[in-house]
Amino acid sequence: MNINSLRYCLRQTSRSFSRNKWLALVSASMIAISLGILGGSLLAAVNTNQIMINIQSNLEMAVFLVEDADQEAIEAQLDGLPGITDYRFVSRDDGLREFARSLNAQSLFKELEGENNPLPDMFRVRAAEAELVPELAQKIEGLAGVESVEYGEELVDMLVRVSRWVNRASLTVSILLAAGAIFLIVTTIRLSVLARQEEVSIMKYLGASDWFVRLPFLLEGMLIGWLGTLVAILVLGAGYFRLAAIFIKEAQLFFLQPVTAAEQLVPIFLGLLILGTLMGGIGSTLSIRRFLKV
Amino acid sequence: MIEMKGVSKVYHTGAKPALQDINLKIDGGEFVFLVGPSGAGKTTLIRLIFCEQAPTSGRISFLGRDTSTYKPGELLQHRRRMGMVFQDFRLLKSKTVFENVAFALEVVGRSPKEIQKRVPLALEQVGLSGKENAFPGELSGGEQQRVGIARALVREPLVLLADEPTGNLDPDISRQLMELFDQINRNGTTVIIATHAWDLVDQMQKRVIALEGGRIIRDEQRGYYRNEH
Repeated sequence: MNINSLRYCLRQTSRSFSRNKWLALVSASMIAISLGILGGSLLAAVNTNQIMINIQSNLEMAVFLVEDADQEAIEAQLDGLPGITDYRFVSRDDGLREFARSLNAQSLFKELEGENNPLPDMFRVRAAEAELVPELAQKIEGLAGVESVEYGEELVDMLVRVSRWVNRASLTVSILLAAGAIFLIVTTIRLSVLARQEEVSIMKYLGASDWFVRLPFLLEGMLIGWLGTLVAILVLGAGYFRLAAIFIKEAQLFFLQPVTAAEQLVPIFLGLLILGTLMGGIGSTLSIRRFLKV
Repeated sequence: MIEMKGVSKVYHTGAKPALQDINLKIDGGEFVFLVGPSGAGKTTLIRLIFCEQAPTSGRISFLGRDTSTYKPGELLQHRRRMGMVFQDFRLLKSKTVFENVAFALEVVGRSPKEIQKRVPLALEQVGLSGKENAFPGELSGGEQQRVGIARALVREPLVLLADEPTGNLDPDISRQLMELFDQINRNGTTVIIATHAWDLVDQMQKRVIALEGGRIIRDEQRGYYRNEH
């Protein structure tokens, strides 16, 4: 295929695209919607992942001790457990003061100081990863002098479950929509093929190569996919950054900071663009195979 | 130039063969009429020469080369050395005369410069200079077929194949087109025409290959449409 042929194919592609404008636009919109949803769920996944990491790196176990427990012996045993990044002893008096301070009601707790303090001595223990926490908690609970261990298990479990569910649902929806979009592209390209059927049969007799005949249709499908994805990315990107700006400004909780790093977002958008173009290519290939006998 | 040895073509297994045991040799520069009733195998023979289809058995060679050994690229080259003319002209109605002829060059990747040079020459050869910007619908049947011939000629083919080129045209126009084919042949192009136009065949006094039921029943130089002559 030389430069003249390529030029010819490109001209045919644009001619065909404008002849089938409306159907091409509908197909492109379908691609835009399905990849928009897929992209949205990818962004959601990246962000939930980030939130998990934020929470995990701050996840603490509260290790409550029995009365008169041997602090040093327990420390020695904690040192021996892998997966613990650091720990801190909190005496029952410090514990009460921390609790009172966190409720901003120091005066109310005055009476509970000393002998009346209901709190036990405790360790605050940090694990390297949230996944290690349940197992570590169990081990620590078995140590001599430990009464009980608590950590934010409900929060972590819920977060994992919600993000899994969101991912699955949006993946299913995007796959269904993508299949619909590919089907629409098949139809669009089929119309192009029908519109040019006579031309194609003449081209064969004039000695055109199969690729020369196919390429304009393939390019048309890829163009539709590419355009649709481009629209999806622009809309998604604009919406996402607007939302991210609101979160950055308003969200008080440290772990709700949205992901804005280019090295995490660019691969998503780039991947979507490649995927959309590929979908267009797949649609037209199917159509060419079924309707174009070359 | 074209040689067939024991060539048969069966379209559907069990069906009557379209061609049976065809042996023939066509030299470069010849003018050949393929005659015979409908279904005799004329069109199939043209398709085999064009390599649009492969024979079921037997051997076809072109310029000494067995066509069954072609690689895909060579098959294209083979077809590009042939010009094809159809009974129904097969012009693109949305393209002008110039564009229809230029199409033959575009699909094989020739440059715009070459197209600008060659198309007028081909149109001049078929007597259509001045009609470049007309659309096929504005032309008479004879003129449309001339466009078809110009499209076949514009790449300077070694062989011009025509399947019933005058089938849709009245006798006067047909005679003029036959004269055009004769002139093209005199310029050195091998011309092979399948036709029912018995009067023209008889007038032209060219080689006649008569087919019936898929077999060659007659092959004579300066022949006639029917044997009785």
